[in-house]
Amino acid sequence: MALTLMGRKVGMTQWFDGEGRAVAATVLLVEPSVVVQVKRPERDGYGAVQLGWGTIRPKLLSKPLRGHFARAGVEPRRRLYEARVSDPDSYEVGQTLGVEVFSEGELVDVTGTSKGKGFTGTIKRWGFSYRPKSHGHKLIRRPGTAGPMGLRKVMKGKKMPGHAGAQTVTVRNLKVLKVDGERGLLVVQGSVPGPRKGIVKIRKHDA
Amino acid sequence: MTGMDDLIRALEEEQLRQWPEFKPGDIIRIYERVSEGARERLQPFEGVVLKLSGSGTRQMVTIRRIAAGVGVERTIPLHSPKLEKIEVIKRHRIRQARPYWLRRITRLHKIQ
Repeated sequence: MALTLMGRKVGMTQWFDGEGRAVAATVLLVEPSVVVQVKRPERDGYGAVQLGWGTIRPKLLSKPLRGHFARAGVEPRRRLYEARVSDPDSYEVGQTLGVEVFSEGELVDVTGTSKGKGFTGTIKRWGFSYRPKSHGHKLIRRPGTAGPMGLRKVMKGKKMPGHAGAQTVTVRNLKVLKVDGERGLLVVQGSVPGPRKGIVKIRKHDA
Repeated sequence: MTGMDDLIRALEEEQLRQWPEFKPGDIIRIYERVSEGARERLQPFEGVVLKLSGSGTRQMVTIRRIAAGVGVERTIPLHSPKLEKIEVIKRHRIRQARPYWLRRITRLHKIQ
């Protein structure tokens, strides 16, 4: 249960960490989110903040949603998402939360939608081994057997070819290397799921 | 959204170090901070610049010197925070961007 903010993946680069090592890093653009609703355990059964992110023409929203934003007194936002927090009382409706909530050196978890790979075989999808390319082999990338001899069915959950990627993936414990409040940029060590410009959620890691 | 690469470039700009200008063929001395346990000292490395590769914060410099009769080449990230100082010892006018022929020269300081 920790504060989560929405952002975009900008791309990857190289970064010198505090000890002078060059590490692989991902740059994230965290445009400020605005608190639309505060959920309290007494009223809603759990503590959370509902946040709005991005811009949208009001006309594209349904009337009930427009009313929801009007009640909070904030501009309509493209995305609404919720972050479970243990201290909902320290937030108030209309407050904007930007990249400043993160600090250098802390750990964050980043959730995104991984790049879609389409229909793939078992080697790419499940990491099966190749068969030898020579010595009389023909079926180099085939999945092998679907199960033991004598078993008159295929086990449920058998790893087969199919659609891979485009799943929700969370990468945990990424170190924050740099917070640029002016541009709203966050540099984290390591890679992050999804394509560039892809939407990601950045969660402060549980202590 | 456009210009996302510009965001990265602007961010990288802050990590760039300012060094005196030098070119392949020049002889330079690089002072690197080396930590030995708790103690930190400066370790110089002097030699002829063989190549500059990469751009932005990823730029690397390859320096060659003859140490104890053996040719030694080091490739160092030019914008590493571990570098303390770069001195240009001698400038040479060299036509190539990558003067690999210098590897055949043993008395590097004597080249024209």
